[in-house]
Amino acid sequence: MARNVSTRRKLVVTVVAWTIGILIFFPILWTFLTSFKTEAQAIASPPAFLFFDWTTENYFEVQSRSNYFKHFMNSVVVSFGSTLLGLIIAIPAAWAMAFAPTKRTKDVLMWMLSTKMMPPVGVLVPMYLMFRNSGLLDTRTGLVIVLTLINLPIIIWMLYTYFKEIPGEILEAARMDGASLSKEIIYVLTPMAIPGIASTLLLNIILAWNEAFWTLNLSAAKAAPLTAFIASYSSPEGLFYAKLSAASTMAIAPILILGWFSQKQLVRGLTFGAVK
Amino acid sequence: MATLHTRSAARLMIAPSVLLLLAWMIVPLAMTIYFSLLRYNLLMPGMEEFAGLSNYIYFLTDPAFFQAIFNTLAIVLGVLFITVIGGIALALLLDQPMFGQGIVRILVIAPFLIMPTVAALVWKNMFMNPVSGLFAWLAKLVGLQPFDFLANAPLFSIILIVAWQWLPFATLILLTALQSLDEEQKEAAQMDGAGAWSRFFYLVLPHVSRAITVVILIQTIFLLSVFAEILVTTNGGPGTQSTNLTFLVYAQALLQFDVGGASAGGIIAVILANIVAFFLMRMIGKTLEG
Repeated sequence: MARNVSTRRKLVVTVVAWTIGILIFFPILWTFLTSFKTEAQAIASPPAFLFFDWTTENYFEVQSRSNYFKHFMNSVVVSFGSTLLGLIIAIPAAWAMAFAPTKRTKDVLMWMLSTKMMPPVGVLVPMYLMFRNSGLLDTRTGLVIVLTLINLPIIIWMLYTYFKEIPGEILEAARMDGASLSKEIIYVLTPMAIPGIASTLLLNIILAWNEAFWTLNLSAAKAAPLTAFIASYSSPEGLFYAKLSAASTMAIAPILILGWFSQKQLVRGLTFGAVK
Repeated sequence: MATLHTRSAARLMIAPSVLLLLAWMIVPLAMTIYFSLLRYNLLMPGMEEFAGLSNYIYFLTDPAFFQAIFNTLAIVLGVLFITVIGGIALALLLDQPMFGQGIVRILVIAPFLIMPTVAALVWKNMFMNPVSGLFAWLAKLVGLQPFDFLANAPLFSIILIVAWQWLPFATLILLTALQSLDEEQKEAAQMDGAGAWSRFFYLVLPHVSRAITVVILIQTIFLLSVFAEILVTTNGGPGTQSTNLTFLVYAQALLQFDVGGASAGGIIAVILANIVAFFLMRMIGKTLEG
């Protein structure tokens, strides 16, 4: 009997959860479906859900009309560039704070976190003017610099929480066995640090890919990543739903897949290690 | 000797990060303060002059400013309300045994991974459009007049869109916290005859209170600066009905080229964020230590 009740309960929970899950996901599903419709079908009423003439024309149209690939590459260069640069700067810092902490380490970490609380509009005007005067406006280099700076505190915090979990005793053991410093780093520390670095890399690419304040304000036709490119569809031209959907699908698909693989790290990184 | 050596090496390793963040904090902020005291418009180069506090007076007496403050708070509180309550409910649901839990989780998380401009445009065009949106079709289906969301309830519509993006974040974090709750504790409470409600209020809620605090803190930081969603849907309008402080400063700087006025607005935004951060940090400090 008891087993019966719990199976029925499980069925009810399953139905409710799936319904809610699909409802929450629906706008994304709808975008995906619309990207394969013709413009006429995309605004048809009643809307066609699955039974329409599937076409991939929009994807080619978006590319030929507005050079989609250029903006896609801008996104790739800016998000990977800023993440790698950030890691190069942050790894030594997080390393030192995790393995050679001083009395002030906690304060330094808190201070770094507090820089994230400054609203970006507080520095919009000088950043815009500095970028304009130094020719960085609408360049990939400029966007890489800004995104590195705004995500640096998150990178350091995340790496720090991972490095903190590497036991110090293992280093001592290696040293006792006569390992030199270089061997210690190559054979003992690096393998243990790589998972943490990889998770940090993944999360930061997601954040940089989706960043939509500085990319919108500091880029135009030339260096615009996908966030800014898609924003150009807010003009009346955006009433081409099918093309908007095709451009959107290509813009969100890579990150959706990356994000699904890194759910756990997402929680940890976004809460600065407070929730694991 | 060795420790002294390590310590200076450590300092050298931390230095680039600290210096970069320090420069990033101080240089532009100092420039904003300086600009905020000037009469400085990009359309009139070479006419800059010292203006005292007149930019601040202009900003603080502008009716759009109070509307923007109200809208900023409405967005933060509205989205927090929806996402925290919805997040707790969803996390409790997803914590139950069911078939295909992993897939449901993936579906629920997805909106958080969507870039803000895509999320906002998809909602604006394909759902909220009064002629060809899905909501209009649903309304007609049940015999109602289609509602023009972004024209008649712009702020509410933006809150809905932003809440859709942040609900997964709250759910994911609360679910992670729930899953660390000891199964035996729940069973013990159940055997002691605690009902579902008292188990929720006396066992589950205290256990996830820390996670709730973290959700509120992190979301508030981001929600104070909602920008892209407003830019691509309503452009702050109609009038200034959906302009928040971030958007107001942006409009002053990059649409009206008023460097002085926009800088004053930026400084006011920084002060407000600091006030909020101060209270949040105190609140967080209490729950994190307790």
